[in-house]
Amino acid sequence: MSFSQVSGEQKTGVDIGRIGLYAFLVIAALYFVLPLAIMVSTSLKPMEEITSGSIFKLPSAPTFYAWQKAWSSACTGQNCTGIRVGFWNSVRILLPSLFTSVLLGAIVGFALAQWRVRGAGLLMGMLLLGAFIPMQVILYPLVKIFAFIGLYNTLPGIWVVHTIYGLPIMALIFRNFFAGLPEELIKAARIDGAGFFRIFFQIMLPMSRNVLIVALVLQGTGIWSDYLLGLIIGGAENQPMTVQLNNIVNSQFGEVEYNVNMAATLLTALPPLILYFASGRYFVSGITAGAVKG
Amino acid sequence: MTIPARVGSILRFEWLGATPTVRLILAPVMIAVFIAYYATILWTLAISFTSSSLLPQYDFVGVAQYTRLFGFLRWKVAFTNMFVFGIAFIFLTLIIGTILAIAIDSRVHAESAFRTVMLYPLSLSFIVVGLVWQWILDPGLGLQAAVRDLGFDSFTFDWIARRDRVVYTLVIAAIWHSSGLIMAIMLAGLRGIDREIWRAAKVEGIPTRRIYISIVLPMLRPMILTCVTLLAVAVVKNYELVVAMTRGGPGNSSDMPSRFVVENLFERSNIGLGSAAAVVMLVSILAALAPYLYLELRKRA
Repeated sequence: MSFSQVSGEQKTGVDIGRIGLYAFLVIAALYFVLPLAIMVSTSLKPMEEITSGSIFKLPSAPTFYAWQKAWSSACTGQNCTGIRVGFWNSVRILLPSLFTSVLLGAIVGFALAQWRVRGAGLLMGMLLLGAFIPMQVILYPLVKIFAFIGLYNTLPGIWVVHTIYGLPIMALIFRNFFAGLPEELIKAARIDGAGFFRIFFQIMLPMSRNVLIVALVLQGTGIWSDYLLGLIIGGAENQPMTVQLNNIVNSQFGEVEYNVNMAATLLTALPPLILYFASGRYFVSGITAGAVKG
Repeated sequence: MTIPARVGSILRFEWLGATPTVRLILAPVMIAVFIAYYATILWTLAISFTSSSLLPQYDFVGVAQYTRLFGFLRWKVAFTNMFVFGIAFIFLTLIIGTILAIAIDSRVHAESAFRTVMLYPLSLSFIVVGLVWQWILDPGLGLQAAVRDLGFDSFTFDWIARRDRVVYTLVIAAIWHSSGLIMAIMLAGLRGIDREIWRAAKVEGIPTRRIYISIVLPMLRPMILTCVTLLAVAVVKNYELVVAMTRGGPGNSSDMPSRFVVENLFERSNIGLGSAAAVVMLVSILAALAPYLYLELRKRA
């Protein structure tokens, strides 16, 4: 709702206020775009050009040398296997935990939406509060518990962690969606003798395409961005891309290859960016659904 | 439908709702959530009252770890940083996000392009955000070098290398990441305002700026509270950004409680001390949530 919309006036000619508005928006847009644009441009330069020239200059002869090196031979300490190791670790972490956390979130959300007695409110409150708790208060005992049951430093361990700690927001999104559906739908199915899981898989899930996409995008970017859980729980063999990236950049010896570091950073940023640009409004409704209700 | 029939159907629905299947699903979830979130917190709390260092040791020493904690200069710096960073970040992000929302709401062309550009940093990991800004603000490589290259030889912007300013560079990066979120929430609020209110205010001849400040923004108070709460929680949780951007440096001048905890728990084998610091983080989160929870509960009562 805007003022010009309300007053219905569309001034003819040049309006100073409008020019100021667009100038402001363009400057704001530059603030958001420039850092990433500079990264892309710098990653395409050879090192001599970076040390001799300004970051605002475009590469004179763009080269993918830095991207190739970042992908296949960038070093973490003595280990020069490239960031692809972390990429594949992240994929191995992401796919199963994304599947289980969205599915569990949907089932729990559906159960919570149906169960309208006092206990459900309590469970919901406990879950919601969980979304705000900093992992630092949980981590040490969690490591102890995981070591005891044999999940510490394992891939399944990190799947379980992402599933449990993603549950609050996933269950909330699905509960709100299912609670908004007409009750008659479920009642009719019940009268026909359908059980919980039949109703869930045959009636509810097919209706939930949009909310499923929202949940997948939100949880997908969340898991990909994780650093702390991967660092502490996953173990050295399963370090996600974020952890490896930080190791490559922040524990370097000798001359720093900024172009390689930037390419490695962009490679890490790429999957969530693609997801974001491919899913636009779903991403936005995901973060605001989580935000406004949370 | 008569009222008794309706009550009957609701009752039956509730009874049906809590079918054994639903209970069977929710019971293990409840147990898992209780263990994963609440038992672990109690455990951390318990360790914070012991003298544990390398391994947990269950001897009660009262608040000794907390006294020790607040005696550490490093912790004092980290704890103060949380407030300095938090106040600057919340205040500026809220203002910038709101102004962006108002600008976008002024019926601009290419609205969705502007929105897309403002929101993309939210999809990035804080590790990526931290590294990007580490380079942009690097005096020898980034902005300062570039402006000097243009001929302004004395231009200086080296905050990231200065102990007394480095916290504000974290603020710059965090604003870049989060102001899109505030824009999105406030924009949703602005679009939810009744057109009649605008029309009435316009008829009265009130200037647009005053309508926003005196009428519209006060109406969005619940949204503003949500924004402040979310940002405050993000301040306490802020970890990856510091790890990637400054590693707590120079020295320990940009350390944060979150980083202090992880280091003491997993690198320095100060489990008791780290747990005490973690509990302080939890208390900070609860303090940040308190106004929101208070209003929510009062609304229900």
